[in-house]
Amino acid sequence: MITQMLFSRHEKKTVWAVFLILLAAALVPLANLLIPEGSAFHVPGYLVPLLGKYLCYALLALALDLVWGYCGILSLGHGAFFALGGYAMGMYLMRQIGDRGVYANPLLPDFMVFLNWQELPWYWYGFNHFAFAALMVVLVPGLLAFVFGWFAFRSRVTGVYLSIITQAMTYALLLAFFRNEMGFGGNNGLTDFKEILGFNVQAGGTRAALFAATAIALALALVLSSAIVRSKYGKVLVGVRDAESRTRFLGYRVENMKLFIFTVSAMMAGVAGALYVPQVGIINPGEFAPANSIEVVIWTAVGGRGTLIGPIIGAILVNFGKSIFTAAFPEFWLFALGALFVATTLFLPKGVVGTVQQFIARRKEQKKADAVEQAYQDKAAAKAESQLATLEPQAAE
Amino acid sequence: MRGVKPTEQEELMYRAIQTFLVALCLLVSCLATGLRAQEDIRPLVDALGATSFPQKIEAVKALAASGNPKVADILQNLTDGKLYAPKTGGAVYLEGAADGAYLDALTGAPANEVPGNLAKIRLNNGLRGAIGAALSQLTLLSPDRAARLTASQDLLKDANPDNLALLNSALAQEKDAEVKATMEAARAVILLKTDASAEDKKAAIDMIAARGNRDALTILTAAMDNAPDDLKPAIEKNIASIKTSLAAWDVAQNIWYGLSLGSVLLLAAIGLAITFGVMGIINMAHGEMVMLGAYTTYVVQQTVASVAPGMTDYSLAFAVPAAFLFTGLVGVGIERSVIRWLYGRPLETLLATWGISLILQQAIRTIFGPTNRQVDNPSWMSGAFEVGGLAITYNRMWIIVFSLGVFVALLLLLKRSKFGLQMRAVTQNRRMASSMGIRTPWVDALTFGLGSGIAGMAGVALSQIDNVSPNLGQNYIIDSFMVVVFGGVGNLWGTLVGALTLGIANKFLEPYAGAVLGKILILIFIILFIQRRPRGLFALKGRAVEQ
Repeated sequence: MITQMLFSRHEKKTVWAVFLILLAAALVPLANLLIPEGSAFHVPGYLVPLLGKYLCYALLALALDLVWGYCGILSLGHGAFFALGGYAMGMYLMRQIGDRGVYANPLLPDFMVFLNWQELPWYWYGFNHFAFAALMVVLVPGLLAFVFGWFAFRSRVTGVYLSIITQAMTYALLLAFFRNEMGFGGNNGLTDFKEILGFNVQAGGTRAALFAATAIALALALVLSSAIVRSKYGKVLVGVRDAESRTRFLGYRVENMKLFIFTVSAMMAGVAGALYVPQVGIINPGEFAPANSIEVVIWTAVGGRGTLIGPIIGAILVNFGKSIFTAAFPEFWLFALGALFVATTLFLPKGVVGTVQQFIARRKEQKKADAVEQAYQDKAAAKAESQLATLEPQAAE
Repeated sequence: MRGVKPTEQEELMYRAIQTFLVALCLLVSCLATGLRAQEDIRPLVDALGATSFPQKIEAVKALAASGNPKVADILQNLTDGKLYAPKTGGAVYLEGAADGAYLDALTGAPANEVPGNLAKIRLNNGLRGAIGAALSQLTLLSPDRAARLTASQDLLKDANPDNLALLNSALAQEKDAEVKATMEAARAVILLKTDASAEDKKAAIDMIAARGNRDALTILTAAMDNAPDDLKPAIEKNIASIKTSLAAWDVAQNIWYGLSLGSVLLLAAIGLAITFGVMGIINMAHGEMVMLGAYTTYVVQQTVASVAPGMTDYSLAFAVPAAFLFTGLVGVGIERSVIRWLYGRPLETLLATWGISLILQQAIRTIFGPTNRQVDNPSWMSGAFEVGGLAITYNRMWIIVFSLGVFVALLLLLKRSKFGLQMRAVTQNRRMASSMGIRTPWVDALTFGLGSGIAGMAGVALSQIDNVSPNLGQNYIIDSFMVVVFGGVGNLWGTLVGALTLGIANKFLEPYAGAVLGKILILIFIILFIQRRPRGLFALKGRAVEQ
């Protein structure tokens, strides 16, 4: 039944998007590894992790869209879930360094040796196994979201209040992770990774594989989101977004519905963070900065919230723009980003995808109306003609 | 009148002559005593030229005990190796400016007959030690009050029983109350170390305990070890009472720090309380308004310094209205161009104002550069004073006064003015207010301008205690939101109570948890608090709430 849910009812657009993403998952690594350099179709090595990063952001934006676009919860703390997933992966990668660190300590990561720690803190246990780390990547953000959401939604904290306390949450985590005593590398975070699953993180093949993994994860997340959104639950979720009290009065347990989508979304964000870290090579407390989480919101808004492919397009577009801008005119990136925030909210409230959809829908309607008009006119003309035809003999008479 | 004048003149003249004569007599007698005092120590000075080190040390000690003002210079010259004496011992001379020229060691006058076999007076470590001790004692008698104070404080720290006699003589001469108190404390500490009578020791303990500060605590704790048994209960009692009073002062100090932090939070949050609380607008650019206010202060200060350098101490008086007007105008501009299209969509407003904040930050960075700008404290805002065990800095005190002033002014504006009335009317029922003839769009714009202007004034205050950089606002925006949300939206009193509570709570947590962890705990507390009371401490009641 679940497979049926996953594979049967999707919009045509979503199917196309999944197909395109999977195509990219196959083509980019191939173009990077097999097509020789110098060919027009070769994807240079530096571009692969960059594209992978965009896809991680796209996954994060999709996660945010599930709660914001479909449930009306504007979370300003999704960067926290992303960073927690990233830290879980970073801890695994740190443990893989083994005795190849600067201090060559077989057990402790470099920063712990530096801080004169004698043994591994208990919360680092198990992170030398990939499976455990992978589990933590979804469990830790999921658990945080569950606990946070359980408190927040049960006491009906909504709207801007919820936004502000999610921002406070990520800010508190930012401060906490900056502390050396936390045992997560403090200021510098986790870096200098060597291997993932026994493969060199820097190697071209590993990077291509990581890109493919990210693309596949995004495609899966898209299918999952589409399944959620198109289910009956998803329809009620939109009801919660548009008229929360009314939905509650109809007998739905609004807080549980919110809690479910919030937790799922946090897990997706965690996966995005985990895929991001090995491709970027570092995770530090800066990822918790409230500004980062707000930037995710603008990707979603630019692409179009309340649509599934919108946030993906938005994240890729904005980050592509950021790459171009920061290289060409670093001074003006913040101007551009700020203007983007203002312009999107003022002129493109539905985002690129939403606006295009609206445009297409209007054209369709227009066409329909035109067709009806045309038919009416044809009919009228025919009628007139027939009338004329009936009249003409009379006139001729 | 003319007839009287000559007699008056005569009388005046007579008086003048009399005064002059008296003064002359005094001067002569003074000189005489001075000379006599100088001659008194001549044998001691000459003893410095003795052949054996123990003799020299004796001479140094005797000199120090003489209390003569010249002794310090002489001993200094001795350490600097400027004093000469015949190899066989005898009169001591001071090295002159020219080669082979010698001066009288005591008076500094050129010496007439100099023996041929002069050599530098040699020092060893024992002698150097004696000289050092003597010099530090001597400053106890120095005419400079500050020197006496430091000397007596030094003595209080390492109470050496050898100095008791000197201290007694210094005490007898001392006029200044503070120096005298320190000296008496030092004397008491020394007494505790000697085998003075039990009564004297008891008086000494009371004396130290009366000082009641941290030093007294360490002295008494140290004295516990070698005190006679019958004195121990008294010492213990005093230690306990000092500890209690110190704890009380600590609490007071924490409250003061908390009030200070709270007043900063209040300043930063009160503008937000207007835009968020009254209008329901999430203004993420609020922090940047604070930052603009701080930069306005900088610009005003630069202008005043170049136009009227004498007025720099009062540049803040120009900066406050300038910052209010400038940021207020920027606020009105933002409201008219962006926010008015977004009423009723608070989440979109949040995003748009965030975008504005990015633009403002980058604009300031482009104009003024990314580095900190120096804003000077005026002289009346620097320095500190003490009240009991409290150290109070002037700038913090003025900021508390300023923030309370702004609060009261705002409260009066809202409750007593026509504009305040219209503002409240529009908040409560926009359509009804509009039907009554209130131009709601203008009220909106002015309200937003008011909130921004207050943020600008907060920036003036913050420029005095924080770095003026493009990121200034970012540091305050989350805290300000916490204050407003905690205090309750739409209620200025809630903002006041919220700001002061959070400030004080923060400062009380800091000693136990550290600054960062304390802040994290506060954030977690607020997150949990919002769950219990989603509308804050002072929630609005009634129909307006659900809108």
